[in-house]
Amino acid sequence: MVDEGVATLDGNAIAGLLADVFGEEMTTATGTCAACGASGKVATFAVFTRAPGAVARCPACASVLMVLVTIREITCVDLRGLVSLERRPR
Amino acid sequence: MARAAVLGRLSWQLATVSALIDETPAVRSIELDSPAWRGHRAGQHVDVRLTAEDGYQAQRSYSIASAPEEERLVLTVERLDDGEVSPYLVDELRPGDKLEFRGPVGGYFVWEEALGGPLLLVAGGSGVVPLRAILRHHRAVGSTVPIRLLYSARTLEDVIYRDELAQFTDDDGVEVHFTLTRTQPEGWRGYGRRIDPELLEEVSWPPSERPLVYVCGPTAFVETAASALVGLGHEPARIRTERFGATGT
Repeated sequence: MVDEGVATLDGNAIAGLLADVFGEEMTTATGTCAACGASGKVATFAVFTRAPGAVARCPACASVLMVLVTIREITCVDLRGLVSLERRPR
Repeated sequence: MARAAVLGRLSWQLATVSALIDETPAVRSIELDSPAWRGHRAGQHVDVRLTAEDGYQAQRSYSIASAPEEERLVLTVERLDDGEVSPYLVDELRPGDKLEFRGPVGGYFVWEEALGGPLLLVAGGSGVVPLRAILRHHRAVGSTVPIRLLYSARTLEDVIYRDELAQFTDDDGVEVHFTLTRTQPEGWRGYGRRIDPELLEEVSWPPSERPLVYVCGPTAFVETAASALVGLGHEPARIRTERFGATGT
């Protein structure tokens, strides 16, 4: 059996965390991978939520795109794997 | 502006459990009363947070099962036996209890009438939950967008919203197809196998009709369905997917 917090998910699973960090809905934003250049909606990223943080990987090349770690109410955000993260205004 | 931005921020809030509905032996719907709820779009979800007496917190995301037009917010949760959150929600929660949540969240796995169709909804196990919200929204707004739902479950007993789904008829513009992967009751007229390209081809609209596709289920189910649909010629950009941890389909 797979624990509900461990299995490979997708960017939908971190919609709340991202909205908390960015103050906006981010799963419909488009991210471009720094390693392979593939771009896609954040919702389509492969996400691993094993504690204590969440890791989003490129669905095309598996490079790490985003790392979000929350400790004592403070969330550290590492976006080095992304060339860009673009969100259209609503 | 600054004030509006602060108000719009996602914050944890408390809802009161107003009713509990057993859907299957492992699945329960939780109806919540939340005065501060500001509405949602069909397909969105909420984060639920449990806090233990020692301060340990566990948080999971659950799809909203109710339509935006309904008065009460409803979540449908499947018990994962080694889970940290779902056994409490399915087995321990009682009417009148408080539940901490934030949302709605997500904007990708969402359907509104302006997006059009025809719609192909593909559910594995409790992946049917956000699709129920879409079906109810479709009915509430009197949409004429035609829908086909393919729902894969292990057994008939595991089919969530069985009575409600059985009531859809051609008059609603909704066609419902079931496949039962483990056991089928005698005289079963639906499908009796795991989803594969042939099954998807039979049920789905032809790619030339450019259906808008929503696939929700366990990760392996979603991968199988999405790649089969792309293989059949459906446009990847019109296939929206949502994955969750492993359960039976």
